[in-house]
Amino acid sequence: MGFFTDALREASIDKSRGGQSLLQKQKARWGWLFISPWIFGFFAFLFIPMVASLTFTFLDFNILEPEKTSFIGLENWSKLGSDPLLREALRVTGVFMLIALPVAIVQPIAMAGLLNARALKFRRIFTTLFYMPYVIPLISVIYIWTGVMNPQSGWIARVLMLFNIDMPDILNEPNWIPMALILIGLWGAGNAMLLTLAAMQNIPTSLYEAARVDGAGPMRIFFSITIPLISPVIFYNTVLALIGIFQIFTVPWILSRGGDRNPDNAYLFFNIHFYKTGFKFQDMGYAATLAWVLFLIVITLTILLFWSAKYWVYQPGSSES
Amino acid sequence: MTSKSSNLIQTAAAGSKNTSPFLVSNLKSFTGGAILFLITFSILMAYLSPMGYMAVTSLKTLDQIPNTRILPQTEELFEYEGELYPVMNVPTEDGFRSLVLVQKGRQRSQFIDPQNPEGGLIEWEGRWRTLEPNWETDLATENYSEAWRLVNFPRLLFNTITIAVLGVIGTVVSCTLVAYGFSRFPIPGKNILFLILIATIVLPGQVTLIPKYALFERIGWTGTWLPLIVPHFFANAYNVFLLRQFFLTIPKDLDEAAMIDGANPLQVLLRVIIPQAWPALIAVMLFHFFFAWNDYFEPLIYLLGREDLVPISVGIQQFNFIYGKQVHLIQATALMALVIPVLLFFVAQKYFIQGVKFTGVDK
Repeated sequence: MGFFTDALREASIDKSRGGQSLLQKQKARWGWLFISPWIFGFFAFLFIPMVASLTFTFLDFNILEPEKTSFIGLENWSKLGSDPLLREALRVTGVFMLIALPVAIVQPIAMAGLLNARALKFRRIFTTLFYMPYVIPLISVIYIWTGVMNPQSGWIARVLMLFNIDMPDILNEPNWIPMALILIGLWGAGNAMLLTLAAMQNIPTSLYEAARVDGAGPMRIFFSITIPLISPVIFYNTVLALIGIFQIFTVPWILSRGGDRNPDNAYLFFNIHFYKTGFKFQDMGYAATLAWVLFLIVITLTILLFWSAKYWVYQPGSSES
Repeated sequence: MTSKSSNLIQTAAAGSKNTSPFLVSNLKSFTGGAILFLITFSILMAYLSPMGYMAVTSLKTLDQIPNTRILPQTEELFEYEGELYPVMNVPTEDGFRSLVLVQKGRQRSQFIDPQNPEGGLIEWEGRWRTLEPNWETDLATENYSEAWRLVNFPRLLFNTITIAVLGVIGTVVSCTLVAYGFSRFPIPGKNILFLILIATIVLPGQVTLIPKYALFERIGWTGTWLPLIVPHFFANAYNVFLLRQFFLTIPKDLDEAAMIDGANPLQVLLRVIIPQAWPALIAVMLFHFFFAWNDYFEPLIYLLGREDLVPISVGIQQFNFIYGKQVHLIQATALMALVIPVLLFFVAQKYFIQGVKFTGVDK
């Protein structure tokens, strides 16, 4: 499914090597020409900056005074252990991941499952409307939801009032802040929902019919047929959600008013700490170190996820024995 | 989908052949469908309700926001002997009447009839606090002109659209070339290169950010739009993947025929591939347009101190940090920022949704 497995499969069967005719060589030259923008971009904006970023981790580098840059060995790396804000940032991001990742996995499946119900009329219109919040600019999303979550005048507070429940100030109470971010994130499920729905619609009806003949109920069918067959999409969505969670910046940045209103550091996500270090305090050597830490965490988790895939992700065409 | 539903009809028909339960089962599936529709509709309404909050709040005056009404409404007042008194909805023997509360009392209060103010006082027994005031709808449409002016919306719009359109051109041109290269040419080690391209998706942007920023600072690009535009002229994994998938579905016979007619690969791209790839190209353009409209972090760091150059995302955030208490204006700006993307989505949703599906579907 999608990017990852396709690319992996093809890399393992590279058939375009070997001695070639003149025509093939000429064609290859055209090919290089066409992909050259990416090759250039890859080196200019990715590979070289990454290597440079690694070198920065050994420097005391302040962009305001570049002439004072000096080599400080592993000082930035050893600072990681004694940085209390880094510990906070890892805690905040880690706790949020534990709550947000299950939501990011389950929500698209639930929405797609609803839209895939056979008896549903106006499926296309529903799909479009359920997708629509995904295209609302994040800045609008944030301000709409902060209004909705206002403990006095917001609509959530008004609904709770009908049941005589007091609305907590979820944008300012540290324990509630992750929940506020989850609510804001509910509007970000569109793409995952659409891919899940497409995968569900690709499941052959004969499988369902066979299961029904064998006496399986709807629950059994959902968990024994639908979920395994859409597991490649679940896997893909999980990888993207995981990466996305470590990239979170805009929402906590704006909700904390640029880091100024930050009760118990509840808004101190990894990237907020990174931004403040690099751009507010201009300590770019240490900021590069933080970026590399993030990179190593994300890569490790991604590799773990790929390793886990062979236990739960259905591989089309692979032997079942 | 069609095959699925026709299957359904067949099984339903087979099950009810020549038997009277036909009607019953039909009725059953009808109510089932209606209930499902209602459930889905309610969930949709709840899911989209924050948009309703935004629309309604953006039309309120600041005084209306704390009151208990959902719609922008104010308590109706009536002028009587030079003073303003509230109009209440009073239960009387002849049903509810709108009366003006002129004298409040604990057990009984004095009212006058607004239709006939000279008719003298009307006494009403009961607690006036239990009465509901007469609400009248009062839309503060001036919020929009005020927000428009305060955020300098035309400027923000111009900045956002310029950055987005230039980036769209860069993305669609570069991604088309690269996807064409990957889908049609025998480049040695092509599949390894493609794997590297795809792997860049999982790379967190922060790890390259500091040196890129230092570079752009050194060559004088910070404080300009260049860092937000130029890198998009060098292709990105997501859109290259989408286009390559699409190009692979175009039969090779066509480009081979054109080649035999003497066209070079660039001509094949322009005359054979692109005319057939419009749906995918439109999807790529839309994706980048939405990305640029949404982008907040990069404009924040690269346009620091250049308020005249910032796009909508940063402009509205800056406005909010200053006017945070003006809830009605904030909601008006939120609506102004989403109108164009949402309209564009509805106009082009076919291409958009097809494009999203294409990134996920196996060949």
